[in-house]
Amino acid sequence: MDDISLLDAAERYLRGEMTEEERILFEELRKNNADVDQLVVEHHFFLDEMNRHANIKNLRSTFHDTHIALLKEGSIREIPTGKARRIYLWTRYKRTIAVAASIAGVTALLFSGMVTVLTPKADKNQVEVLGRKLDILEKNQNHTNSELRDVKHKIEIPGTPAKFGGTGFLIDAKGFLVTNAHVVKNASRVTVQNRTGLELNAKTIFVDDSLDIAILKIDDSLFKALNTLPYAIKKSSNDLAEPIYTLGYPRDEIVYGEGYLSAKTGFNGDTLTCQISVAANPGNSGGPVLNKNGEVIGILSTRQVAAEGVVFAINSKNIFRALDQMKRTDTTYQNIKLPGNSAMKSMERVQQVKKVQECVYMVKGY
Amino acid sequence: MGYQSWHKCINTDLVDSYKQEQELLKALAVNDKKAIERIYADNYSLIQNLILNNSGTEEDAKDIFQEAVIILYEKSKSDSFELSCQIKTYIYSVSRRLWLKRLQYNRRYEAEIASLVEIVPVEEDMEEHDKRSLQFGMMEKAMSSIGEPCKSLLEAYYINKKSMQEIAENFGYTNADNAKNQKYKCLLRLKKLFFAQYKNGN
Repeated sequence: MDDISLLDAAERYLRGEMTEEERILFEELRKNNADVDQLVVEHHFFLDEMNRHANIKNLRSTFHDTHIALLKEGSIREIPTGKARRIYLWTRYKRTIAVAASIAGVTALLFSGMVTVLTPKADKNQVEVLGRKLDILEKNQNHTNSELRDVKHKIEIPGTPAKFGGTGFLIDAKGFLVTNAHVVKNASRVTVQNRTGLELNAKTIFVDDSLDIAILKIDDSLFKALNTLPYAIKKSSNDLAEPIYTLGYPRDEIVYGEGYLSAKTGFNGDTLTCQISVAANPGNSGGPVLNKNGEVIGILSTRQVAAEGVVFAINSKNIFRALDQMKRTDTTYQNIKLPGNSAMKSMERVQQVKKVQECVYMVKGY
Repeated sequence: MGYQSWHKCINTDLVDSYKQEQELLKALAVNDKKAIERIYADNYSLIQNLILNNSGTEEDAKDIFQEAVIILYEKSKSDSFELSCQIKTYIYSVSRRLWLKRLQYNRRYEAEIASLVEIVPVEEDMEEHDKRSLQFGMMEKAMSSIGEPCKSLLEAYYINKKSMQEIAENFGYTNADNAKNQKYKCLLRLKKLFFAQYKNGN
């Protein structure tokens, strides 16, 4: 029996298509032959499987037909995907969407509100402030520059005969004075006048515009040289808050003023000068700035008009520099010697001033 | 469990309607077209709503519903047939389960589908169905790989239940015996293909 006839037999047996005789024979064969029995079991399962497969396939095609028929009939309706589905979803979820949208909207508004109200405000202010500051600084600078220029002229006494005026003080007992370069600038003739009103001729022997220092020599037979100078010219730097005093000729009378060293640098961080807090007026220019030990720490030079009590003094060590420069360029005055020791260290202020005022002169330019 | 579910059914349904449903299921078991139509018309909308409201499409609804009816059909054919609740409840429960499974498979949802309709446990039936649909797939694959004319020949005989005489005429065989011979050759190949998968699968 070949495979095909065996298969046919098994199929006919399973389908009940065999005659009674055939069936008995076949059952006999199954009992005796395990392979045949196995084939029958297997084929039974397979036919079941085929049948089921067929049934489901038929069922599916019935479903398909039914679906179409029912749609036509209107028993069921199709809610198509795509646009209509979106509309369906819209109708279904519009309340939820509305709530969500309102929440989102409110949140967005709140957030952007917060952003605009809080964050950029601070930023903007800073920027504006900064800008304004820069603006102010620039304006201030221009303003101060012009003022500084003005000050340079204004501090000079507009004395009737004299075109310019200021203060100077002796740096060498033999009759050498130091003053501001701007005091004697443009002056064709310079005279100095002492406390008693004695006017003496002087000549400018050195001018340094960058240091704003001028050195004058009293060139008059009436001048009586002093033995020594009571004060010293300080070479080292000064201390902040150090009490200071000045003497000068803002008017025809010598005027005393006192204050303190308020900053180690001058206008806009100028290291040549320092800032002092003292009452100063035009005419004080070129006056000595002394500390409590009677040491000259600077030459009063300018003041800031915009601010009250802000006065700048040229550091005294620049006097040394100026003198050095002068000595290098002009060999005539090699014997100038700056006073190194103060004779007034433990003196009272009044006593100090009495001594210092002998050495402070009014400088007049013609 | 079955008792409890059925208890619920009687509370909501009349005994008459229970009898009607039993008859409907018997008719379904023998592929009765009218029964299928009835079940389809009564239950499709419910499943359609379920699927569409849970991020499915119309096509998904159709698939899931038909699959659920097939599970009901297989259950109705089995010897130990017993439906412990309404057809509607059963179809809904199965559809819900099927859809959850598909959503999880697509990793779109881990969440539960909120259900306002009564559901019954269908896990056992689902397991049985999974096994069967695996075999169905094997048969499909085997069928599609035997090629023509074997496929058409076997389908005509086993699926469309045509007689060998008809088949011989349709396929141009000189006689029914020739056609029968050819059919068996095809069947041997099909069995080989099917059992190869079946043995690998189990």
